Amino acid sequence: MKIILKEITLLHPGQKINEQKDLLIENGIIKKIGNISQNDFSSSEVFDFSGKYCVPGLFDMHVHLREPGREDAETVLTGSNAAAAGGFTAVACMPNTNPAIDSAEVANFIKHRAEKHLVDVYPIGAVSKERKGESLAPIAELVDAGAVGFSDDGVAVKTSALVRSALEYLKMYNLPLMEHCEDESLAGGAMNEGTISTELGLPALATVAEDLTVARDILIAEYVGGKIHIQHISSKKSVELVREAKTRGVNITAEVTPHHFTLTDEELRTYDTNYKMNPPLRTQEDVDAIIEGLKDGTIDCIASDHAPHAIEDKEAEFIDAPNGILGLETQLGLAISELVKKKHLTLEQLIEKLSINPRKILNLQVPLFKEGEKANLTIIDTELIWTVDKNKFKSKSRNTPFDKRLLTGKAVAVINNGKMLIDDEYRNL
Amino acid sequence: MSLAINHLLGLQNVSKNDIQLILDTAVTFREVLDRPIKKVPTLKGTTVVNLFYENSTRTRLSFELAEKRLSADTLNFSTSTSSTKKGETFKDTVRNIEAMKIDMIIVRHKSAGVPLYLTKISNASIINAGDGQHEHPTQALLDMYSIREKLGKLKGLKICIVGDIRHSRVALSNIYGLKTMGAEVSVCAPPTMIPKNLETFGVKVYTDIHKATRENDVLNVLRIQLERNAGSSIPSLREYHNYFGITSEVIEKNNKDILILHPGPINRGVEMSSEVADGPYQIILDQVTNGVAIRMAVLYLLGTKN
Ligand SMILES: [Zn+2]
Repeated sequence: MKIILKEITLLHPGQKINEQKDLLIENGIIKKIGNISQNDFSSSEVFDFSGKYCVPGLFDMHVHLREPGREDAETVLTGSNAAAAGGFTAVACMPNTNPAIDSAEVANFIKHRAEKHLVDVYPIGAVSKERKGESLAPIAELVDAGAVGFSDDGVAVKTSALVRSALEYLKMYNLPLMEHCEDESLAGGAMNEGTISTELGLPALATVAEDLTVARDILIAEYVGGKIHIQHISSKKSVELVREAKTRGVNITAEVTPHHFTLTDEELRTYDTNYKMNPPLRTQEDVDAIIEGLKDGTIDCIASDHAPHAIEDKEAEFIDAPNGILGLETQLGLAISELVKKKHLTLEQLIEKLSINPRKILNLQVPLFKEGEKANLTIIDTELIWTVDKNKFKSKSRNTPFDKRLLTGKAVAVINNGKMLIDDEYRNL
Repeated sequence: MSLAINHLLGLQNVSKNDIQLILDTAVTFREVLDRPIKKVPTLKGTTVVNLFYENSTRTRLSFELAEKRLSADTLNFSTSTSSTKKGETFKDTVRNIEAMKIDMIIVRHKSAGVPLYLTKISNASIINAGDGQHEHPTQALLDMYSIREKLGKLKGLKICIVGDIRHSRVALSNIYGLKTMGAEVSVCAPPTMIPKNLETFGVKVYTDIHKATRENDVLNVLRIQLERNAGSSIPSLREYHNYFGITSEVIEKNNKDILILHPGPINRGVEMSSEVADGPYQIILDQVTNGVAIRMAVLYLLGTKN
């Protein structure tokens, strides 16, 4: 099967490519870039993608696929479908499943469930057995089973001693310890602590709970020379801590979710549980600091923290409702609308944060635009204006605060593993 | 005259006119409570559900009595008799109750925001009887009524709320309501009991109970919850009593004109000494009686609106 992406703009910040070309893909392999013969044109299916961008397949390094354990909320398959629909050709899934990804068996099970899909699913292993923070999970076995990073996400690694052990042990693989930063004794609370939490009378979580863990991990990583990645950074102070650490040469990276650069705790006034997440929505001051951190490179990646929840769970009273919202199918649109269209980032910078940097952090090959390479790419219409409709989501869940929001920018097709998703349909290439 | 509001969720966005109307209407019902026959037929045919997801005998009794005095039909639903623990969601429960064709819901819940949520899933008129650490508007209204009854006005008075402001639902309602009526509101507590950025609500913060007593006309003293506070926000109940408790000594040394309120139930020897609780400065039992009148006024004004 041969297809030609006609007059598409190839944009690859890693290879410093930004030019309009025709692209010939045959059996999932990039066969030719430019100078495509008339012969090839007449024997291929041709897609006119003039004005659209072709970028290395997007990578979401923070999703919850809920399988095994909560298949009523999401499965590896439905989550992968949501990823592809949102423009992602790969995801890294967090280990807070039931059972947790703390053994090769569970990692293998997830890899198996993800087989033959367009989307590559990379498991993140638990740092500790059952994510309890007591002793290390079998990290070497998990690496052999395909784990590309380690986290106790949902909670921070419980003790400084275990952070130290994990950082040291992971040096063997140059893989990151990925930290959900929240000091345990200050944890809990249903929203950000501030004027709005006082007004709403909801139990509150202070930014200092996040900042403390960021600071702890920076100091330990600096001491042992380990590789630390800060997940879903949300506070101004944490951005400052990461920035300072980077200037000191600490091996540290950070990601942020679209909701933390788009929304503030003002939204909580509706008591809508779709605004309940952890870390919670912060203030405008934090949002501004995050955007600054994205601009100056303090924050390396954008990741969704895609967290599906069953309707009956999320429709609970506010303090009892679980944390988290869907992200895969709104992430790219929010990033283009809030960051590129508002001129905080160039499209190149955005692609670095959504495709190149996540792979670098997790030690994975960045797909190249080169003849003979596997086609792993996302085609983006940066001008397309569309309305989010949660009922059209491929995810099994519906917990989004962005329903009916008008966004600019959307993936119109993705290609990976010899498959193409276009017009809501998977095709074999 | 009728209320601008359709529900009483809190006092945050309730106008001066509405508060005035509720307080004035309560005066009439307060008189009814002194008659030999304390019942009026005003809400005959109106069905009121008391939806109590949290134990609060006093507030529930006060509402129930107010409903009965107005001849409303009442239903009681509390967690002990509910099916909430068997997997039925809150929404299911409300939809079920709603299907019985009810007119008003009085709700008490441990989660802030539940009364607002109810307005979205029910057609009934909703009255908040306390949601989380958020608001408890009828308590604040009865406090305001009691102060006005005793001192003749609210405007210009200096009123200090003493105690665990952070975990209180009474404090915020009092702050909103009293400020709307032109009073000056302050709080007095150790900083561990003051919620973040409270000063942005236009509230002065004291940490010295003597100074607070000296500089105010009224102290509204909140209950200290033993389970919640001892050991975390305060070292001990004894220390709290010694430094923040209202005693005859504190009053007599600083301000013999002070008026003391307490929403009950009192922890004698903690936030207030027995001497004060039974003494001449307090109007605690008047508050209880006035509470029925205030709830009658709110039920009447909302229940006859449509
Ligand atoms: Zn997390």
